[in-house]
Amino acid sequence: MGDGMFRNVKKQRFTDKWAEVHRYQIQDIKFTMYLWQKSRLSLVGSGIVVALIVVALLAPHLPLYDPFQLNVLNRLLPPSGEHLCGTDQLGRDILTRMIHGSRISLMIGAMVVAISSLIGLVLGLMSGYFGGKIDEAIMRLTDMFFAFPRLVLAMAVAAALGPGINNTMLAIAVVSWPIYARLARAGALQIKNEIYVEAAKSIGASNMRTLFLHILPMILHVIVVQATLDMGGVILEAAGLSFIGLGAQPPSPEWGLMVSEGRHYIHMNWWVSTLPGMAIVVTALGFNLLGDGLRDIFDVRARR
Amino acid sequence: MSEELLTVRNLVTHFYTYRGIVKALEGVDLTIGRREVVGLVGETGSGKSVTALSIMRLIEPPGKIISGEVIFDGKDLLKLSDEEIRSVRGKEISMIFQEPTLALNPVLTIGLQLQEAIETQDLRKEDAEKLATAMLEKVGLPDPERMFKNYPHELSGGMAQRAMIAMSLSMKPKLLIADEPTSSLDVTVQAQILDLMKKLVEEIGASVLYITHDLGVAAETCDKIAVMYTGYIVEFSDVLTMFENPLHPYTQGLLNAIPKLGYDLYTIGGEVPDLINPPSGCRFHPRCQEALDICSKVKPQITEVKKGHLVACHLFKY
Repeated sequence: MGDGMFRNVKKQRFTDKWAEVHRYQIQDIKFTMYLWQKSRLSLVGSGIVVALIVVALLAPHLPLYDPFQLNVLNRLLPPSGEHLCGTDQLGRDILTRMIHGSRISLMIGAMVVAISSLIGLVLGLMSGYFGGKIDEAIMRLTDMFFAFPRLVLAMAVAAALGPGINNTMLAIAVVSWPIYARLARAGALQIKNEIYVEAAKSIGASNMRTLFLHILPMILHVIVVQATLDMGGVILEAAGLSFIGLGAQPPSPEWGLMVSEGRHYIHMNWWVSTLPGMAIVVTALGFNLLGDGLRDIFDVRARR
Repeated sequence: MSEELLTVRNLVTHFYTYRGIVKALEGVDLTIGRREVVGLVGETGSGKSVTALSIMRLIEPPGKIISGEVIFDGKDLLKLSDEEIRSVRGKEISMIFQEPTLALNPVLTIGLQLQEAIETQDLRKEDAEKLATAMLEKVGLPDPERMFKNYPHELSGGMAQRAMIAMSLSMKPKLLIADEPTSSLDVTVQAQILDLMKKLVEEIGASVLYITHDLGVAAETCDKIAVMYTGYIVEFSDVLTMFENPLHPYTQGLLNAIPKLGYDLYTIGGEVPDLINPPSGCRFHPRCQEALDICSKVKPQITEVKKGHLVACHLFKY
């Protein structure tokens, strides 16, 4: 027993020392949590996003119907105890399809944001850091993209590539990188004039080292906020492309496609289109609220 | 091996701004011998820092080094490739900055940055770490092991400057450029940092280009002094001569402008000229009380008037 006590004391000392060494990080995390709590909307946003991710991850293990099982006898049933969100024109359970659809939407959102932010980050950093002709070339390229309405350009690319979820992701990624490039460029322009960047160069740091070790970490928070805000937009766009038939194809339970398929029945059977539509709205809203919250939390001025 | 470590000849650096071309450096001539501490003094905006950055070739667009030679240890730095100049930085010439807390990256630990300084010069990781801790100890930082894990904002200005010194001297450079290293520190810390720098520089046998606007500090630390005015060196000599027998009217003005108890403060009349449209001839002539006719027409070349005493002024041509 004495031995156990001794071990506890030792453990206590260890955690004390850990807390001592990392006291600033701990303070920082506590303060971040405090800021997070303070903003109700960002809490709501985080709640929605976390719930969505959990549901999407657990979808195959939840006690649901088969999203693809046709059951024509039960077609167009209104919401009831058995089918919480009713059934569609082919008798499939809408709640099941919505939950399986969340996997598709989140996957599209995450992939698109990852690809486009990576492309935008690298091009933008180079543009801001090296300046001159490289900057000019990359920025004029982004101008070209900004000159078109995003969705129209995505539609054109998707139409050229042909329908399908992979092509949808590619099409949206192609049109959404310029904003990251602009943000990364602005950050790089600002940070590259900091004295510590000059100091790093004066001790012989290479361009790549300066860019990725000294400049990148300082602009990452802007990119993270933009990526979160973009998630909602990307999911909306993907749903839009699917709605007009350029994205996911039947029988995929993609939300936009579900809305599209249900629109013929909307006069008599409102739930077929409306409920997947609500899912899109809530998801986009959740990501936007989270993004706004993150922006406030990362804001240096608010942190002081 | 020649006696001179660094010879700067006719260095010209311009900045291309929307308002026009800022002629920041207009023919800087400077020599630094081995193990010599040369002070570069002058007003704000006289081009001291631009000289330092030009020597290291750290001038970024819109700035550009137009012409000149920077002979360091037998090679012209302005003719090296980007890769070659990078291996000179840190290893052979390194720099300390005015604001130590701004010269350290706020998101990286002191240890990481110090290690980085060493690692850029192709050392093994363990060696780099060992050397980094040893350097922190050498610059008199308490508890170097813990300092290794600290972030810059956890350090005071003096401690941060010690860390910077550790960084810049870790590769035993032959030349240390100190750009007002103590201007942002209070007087007691200033003295400590100066002592520390002196000690370490002597230990590794480096030369120093010490940039300051504080004549007192310059007198105390430097072997030789170069006085700079609007982009070129107006006077260059050893410390004693400079303070006892200054020749250039500008230097005389500067020395007179040191506040003395019981006297009114002496000021040099006029103001620092605009570097986009600098005065013709000698750039000091509009403010100079002894100006001759020739001063507004011909730019004086820096010439040796006595042994080791160089002046750029028409008054001392003959």
